[in-house]
Amino acid sequence: MTRVDIIQIAYLVASILFIMGLKGLTRPKTAVRGNQLGALGMLVAIAATLAYQEVLDYKVIAGGIAIGTVIGVLLATRVQMTKMPELVAMFNGLGGGASALVAAAEFYKHSGNPDLVIEFTTATVASVLIGGVTFTGSLVAFGKLNGSLRDLRLPKHHIYNMVVGLAVLGLGAWFCAVPETSGAFWAVAGISLFFGIMLTVPIGGGDMPVVIALLNSMSGLAATATGFVVGNTVLIIAGSLVGASGLILTAIMCKAMDRKIFDVLFGEFAPTGGGPDADEIYAGKIKATSGDELAMVMESCRSVMIVPGYGMAVAQAQHAVRDLSNLLESRGVDVSFGIHPVAGRMPGHMNVLLAEADIDYDKLLDLDQSNSAIQQTDVAIVIGANDVVNPMAREPSGPISGMPIINVDQATTVVVIKRSLSPGYAKIPNPLFAANNTLMFFGDAKKAMQELTAAIKDL
Amino acid sequence: MITFLTIFMLAVFVGFEVITKVPPTLHTPLMSGSNAISGIALVGAILVSGAADPNTATWIGLGAVIFATINVVGGFLVTHRMLDMFKKKD
Repeated sequence: MTRVDIIQIAYLVASILFIMGLKGLTRPKTAVRGNQLGALGMLVAIAATLAYQEVLDYKVIAGGIAIGTVIGVLLATRVQMTKMPELVAMFNGLGGGASALVAAAEFYKHSGNPDLVIEFTTATVASVLIGGVTFTGSLVAFGKLNGSLRDLRLPKHHIYNMVVGLAVLGLGAWFCAVPETSGAFWAVAGISLFFGIMLTVPIGGGDMPVVIALLNSMSGLAATATGFVVGNTVLIIAGSLVGASGLILTAIMCKAMDRKIFDVLFGEFAPTGGGPDADEIYAGKIKATSGDELAMVMESCRSVMIVPGYGMAVAQAQHAVRDLSNLLESRGVDVSFGIHPVAGRMPGHMNVLLAEADIDYDKLLDLDQSNSAIQQTDVAIVIGANDVVNPMAREPSGPISGMPIINVDQATTVVVIKRSLSPGYAKIPNPLFAANNTLMFFGDAKKAMQELTAAIKDL
Repeated sequence: MITFLTIFMLAVFVGFEVITKVPPTLHTPLMSGSNAISGIALVGAILVSGAADPNTATWIGLGAVIFATINVVGGFLVTHRMLDMFKKKD
């Protein structure tokens, strides 16, 4: 058996570990083990790669790994749980960026060679295109999530995107046909970076979970393409697994919003033309409440469902929510949490925050479970969520028509904690706020929770 | 080439089969854990930056090594941290 055979067998072992790891990550009981198996697979793959005969000098590699490890450890251990979407976006981008850089370096070695085979050129173009778009797209997503970038949609934005997309494909095809035109390759690389920005600058807010899941998938596919470039099976296998898992998440997110991936990337919510405007819906029907009044409403209730949204994350209210939940439970109230799949800014965002606050995940209900429990619920408390509880989704027509929502309006009393009546991402008014059984508690989610908790304690 | 394409297609199908049902609680950990796996680009990065006489390709490769290592190390660690919170109550 040659050295290369042994390396290939190690890659096979690593691939099996990745598959078992991902499988483990789909069940709560096996998730920790799954993540460890994935890490072990990575270790095996890296150790095997270092044994390659072509790897002659370890100084650069060791330096890079040392720098990357320090930064990675610092990021992973210091980040606050409310900042998870930003971190995931950044890691997606780095993965995509790394794949694109590998393809670029590999091409640079052969730059100007007219005899490059079509398999190599196609794979290199695919790798820098997918990796480049993932890199800058993730950076834009990161900027939006931490609030430093605003949504920007140029007039006819989707037309520009199509032009840029066609340009990059055209240049890529040119390079594949005439491999000695290095300029075409570098142009593909540059335009891919620009394309990533163009695609993501108009998307924000409520569509973020879809974008993050899609970028996750693309970071895997970029690694696959790079696998074709360097002729390495473990890259192809691991990348494809990640690509598939990201696509599954993307599909789940799209279904939860009743949106098609094409509309998220290239379209926007249909204009609200003809629908009732906010003043018409809200005029004279909004009942504002206070912590003390709410405490009295809740004094005799038996069951409470808390429906969190992005507002809970912004206000970092998860611990205050836990305190309220514990207090209510100590008074014999049955407390559950209704979690909409796209609440927050990434898949599973609310689950992570509530877990950080030590809330048992058995209390977390998914969309269907929430909707079957809501009719027997005395008080539904909506914390910083809007579109995912907007009854307009049940109307036959309208911008969010058909989107599955948590029907909080079917609870006996609804309390909405929100800073103002401003619309959510879909930019439409929410008739829930004006419903007969709704009380609006205006304010920051954390302060509101604390006021309510204090008021209930004083009962 | 055909072998690589075969491996690619089969791996995609394995991926879809293995991750059929994911409970919402695990959406984020699955994403960050799988994301750490996409740092497998590190293998490619090592291959392009191990030349005996460092040249421009080596330096591009160094960038790739750093990016991919952050992705791998940070990704697995933060996933572990998250999963730790999930099981704390047991």
